[in-house]
Amino acid sequence: MKALRFERSLPRFAAARVAGALAPGRGARPGPLRLADIDPPFVDAPGWVRVRPRLAGICGSDLATVDATSSRWFEPVVSFPFVPGHEVVGDLDDGTRVVLQPVLGCAARGIDPPCDRCAGGQVGQCLNITFGHLEPGLQTGYCTDTGGGWSIALTAHHSQLHRVPDDLDDEAAVLVEPTACAIRGAGKVPAGAGVVAVIGAGTLGLATIAALRHLPGELPTTVVAAAKHPEQRSFARSLGADLVVEPDELARAVRRTTGSMAVGDGSIDRLAGGADVTIDCVGSEATLAQALAVTAPGGRIVLVGMPGQVDVDLTPLWQRELELVGAYAYGTERHDGPGAGRPTFELAFDLVRAAGLGRLLSATYPLDRYADAIAHAAEAGRRGAVKIAFDLRNERERNR
Amino acid sequence: MSPPAPRRPGHEVVQGRAPRPGFVLEVDRSTPSTLFHHGEGFRLERLPVGSRIVYPSEAVPVLRHPEEAIRQALLQPVGQDPLPAQLFPGMKLTIAFDDVSLPLPKMRRPDIRQRVIEAVLDLAAEAGVDDVHLIAALALHRRMTEAELRHAVGDRVYDAFAPHGLLYNHDAEDPDNLTLVGHTELGEEVEINKRAAESDLLVYVNINLVSMDGGHKSTATGLSSYRSLRHHHNVKTMQHSRSFMDQHRSELHSSNWRMGKVLRDAGLKVFQIETTLNNDTFPKPFDFLQKREWEWSARDRMAFVAATSGLDRMSNRMKRNLFQSIEAPHDMTGVVAGEIEAVHAITTAKVFEQQLVPVSGQADVVTMGLPYISPYNVHSIMNPILVACLGLGYFFNMYRGKPLVREGGVVILSHPTPWEFHPVHHPSYIDFFEQVLADTTDPVEIEKRYEASFAEDEWYRHLYRTSYAYHGVHPFYMWYWCAHALQHVGAVIIVGGDPRAVRRLGFRPASTLPDALEMAEDTVGRDPSITHTHAPPLYMADVS
Repeated sequence: MKALRFERSLPRFAAARVAGALAPGRGARPGPLRLADIDPPFVDAPGWVRVRPRLAGICGSDLATVDATSSRWFEPVVSFPFVPGHEVVGDLDDGTRVVLQPVLGCAARGIDPPCDRCAGGQVGQCLNITFGHLEPGLQTGYCTDTGGGWSIALTAHHSQLHRVPDDLDDEAAVLVEPTACAIRGAGKVPAGAGVVAVIGAGTLGLATIAALRHLPGELPTTVVAAAKHPEQRSFARSLGADLVVEPDELARAVRRTTGSMAVGDGSIDRLAGGADVTIDCVGSEATLAQALAVTAPGGRIVLVGMPGQVDVDLTPLWQRELELVGAYAYGTERHDGPGAGRPTFELAFDLVRAAGLGRLLSATYPLDRYADAIAHAAEAGRRGAVKIAFDLRNERERNR
Repeated sequence: MSPPAPRRPGHEVVQGRAPRPGFVLEVDRSTPSTLFHHGEGFRLERLPVGSRIVYPSEAVPVLRHPEEAIRQALLQPVGQDPLPAQLFPGMKLTIAFDDVSLPLPKMRRPDIRQRVIEAVLDLAAEAGVDDVHLIAALALHRRMTEAELRHAVGDRVYDAFAPHGLLYNHDAEDPDNLTLVGHTELGEEVEINKRAAESDLLVYVNINLVSMDGGHKSTATGLSSYRSLRHHHNVKTMQHSRSFMDQHRSELHSSNWRMGKVLRDAGLKVFQIETTLNNDTFPKPFDFLQKREWEWSARDRMAFVAATSGLDRMSNRMKRNLFQSIEAPHDMTGVVAGEIEAVHAITTAKVFEQQLVPVSGQADVVTMGLPYISPYNVHSIMNPILVACLGLGYFFNMYRGKPLVREGGVVILSHPTPWEFHPVHHPSYIDFFEQVLADTTDPVEIEKRYEASFAEDEWYRHLYRTSYAYHGVHPFYMWYWCAHALQHVGAVIIVGGDPRAVRRLGFRPASTLPDALEMAEDTVGRDPSITHTHAPPLYMADVS
């Protein structure tokens, strides 16, 4: 079957790194990603079914993988070769449309009894992602056994599947997984928060803004969003951000919104106060430093964007007694923030529908044009786009 | 045109060739290219045949003996006793003076303020007055630096008073040093500097660069607080001032006059000193800027070429430093002292004598070349908000009768309009530009939704009081200054500006003047009438 497969090849890794450094997403052609004809994945264990992807999104972590800029942290928790693609809406063989929850927790790995995290509904924190009857792989899309969404078929455990309601089209359904990630971040905003700053307005940033404005529970009073591109700013406003600014305007915007004093003679060196919570949906050195500069003493920084290896002065974290927390994947929202007590994916379906997040899907490509698709995804903001996905629905092989 | 001010004792003027009045030139095929100021640079533009160019009058004669004229003004004031008769030992005397926003460009030393203040202090010393304070009446402007204060009042005065805390900047946010004097009949709060209010005599030293300056506005604005200023520095006032350069049709002035009456009724004694300047604005080698192009000598042409090619090679910062170092040769044409309204009537006539140019009829399109300086970027950066204010606030309002541009017409400004701000001087401008104008450019909406939060922002307040920042609300006033023009015109186009900054202002960017004129036709139709306002030097159009 046709699939985009990521292989372990050091020369190709090096080539991807060089090409990706020249222009984001350019690692697709010379790198370890190949359009290949491979055997369909199969896991010989109870509860596993075939899923034929309809749409499969391209996310930031995929782009880092393609350009070989991902953190080496992931090396032991992936298995090669693998088929990327973890934002998937697809069909089961009986025609049921499903969205994939890609984390491969204890249930998918055949580990019984499950670890206490999985038992508690926090599958994203599973303690066994390299164990059980599957090869290592923190998610579908990074595990050699399961395949991934950038292909004609993958295999998934029933614990990973969520039926798509009939009223939700594919374009909306493919946004459910990234929306769940955003909800995970928004869920870490404590009740009673006043001002929340959201850095980044790609899919994760925009979905985070939507979450902060639509989730059940006590929501922050003010959301200030930093968005680089005009289309992103327009989306951010329409999704409910109270104030939308360009990234280098964020400190001034947060200062104005919070009524804070600032250090600096007219220019802002740092804020004396700041946002109660800052959600970094980019995860770069620059954005993390910015988050540290605009979060009020005693406040919280939530990392939703995948950071990788960064060089940041953590003195403000110490001096201002900030909390730095990660927000990865999904589970059951159990903090006192928005959506508490409910499964993240369940909330994500509701949010995608309520906020009309299907409109964030900007373009789709067939697998054959994977290099164009990845280049588009890597430059989505600049090109006025948000989410780019592969459209498998018209692949001849799939419909045979 | 108003009659010239009567000649007063000690006011003999330097005799020479009579200055030629301002006039309107109709462009024909033989008209040379026209000079447009363009920030820290210039452009030569060919205006379409049939366009009109309004030229200012030449510099009127200056006083032959300014010190003597000042002394005579103090000894023979209008509507009040001579100054010496009002001075006595043990009294509290406060001398307030205009701040760094006047004159433009700053004048060569000795500054008029120094001359006047030294004369007042001499009389005070003769009378045995030893409780004297000098206050820079800056309202919500930024504080003056030591160098600026020294330039304005002179080293002798500065060294005698500043080290003892007797020469200082007015602080409109110091609750301990403000006094609510009363309310006008319309309920406007009149709050001014406490020292000034409690003085036995307040001497106010003005430089009346334009007809808006002086009168009751000096004290009621220059020494007041936000609480008081907001009653006339607002959109409604600006939209009802036609124009704010014409005292008799200016709601801005009406409000200040009401406040002046409250001050007078409360017993505040003001000895008003107003001075006027000629329009000799640019020193060599930039003096070609105030000549008519067809009269440029070979040296002027060489100076123009050298200046433009030299400027082309400079960074923005270098250009700015060069231009901000310009000290104008303009000098005093008159000085009058005494009762505020009587003084101001004479001064205004004197300003008009230099600046008024009769113009017949309005135009569909008015073009303006904006220079590097406005009242609020002395030693600073002309940011986009100040560009808008200079063009649509000041130049647009330099009229009596009707605006130069017809209702629904187009104003074309020429200025680089960089997306650049002086963070120390204009911190709240940055936020205004980034957040407020990104949301709306409607002055009414802006006033309603944003003004209070900027005016009461503690950080801006801190920077205004302790650093050199304009007050948090100041960018709003700049935008309100444009309100009459924004209501009147159909479109605003900026030639040669940063397109992003121009769009943020709500205006349309054009690369060249011909492009701008073509774009203007979308608003005013084909073959529009065009008038170019050839300033600075400043003039005021008397439009019939």
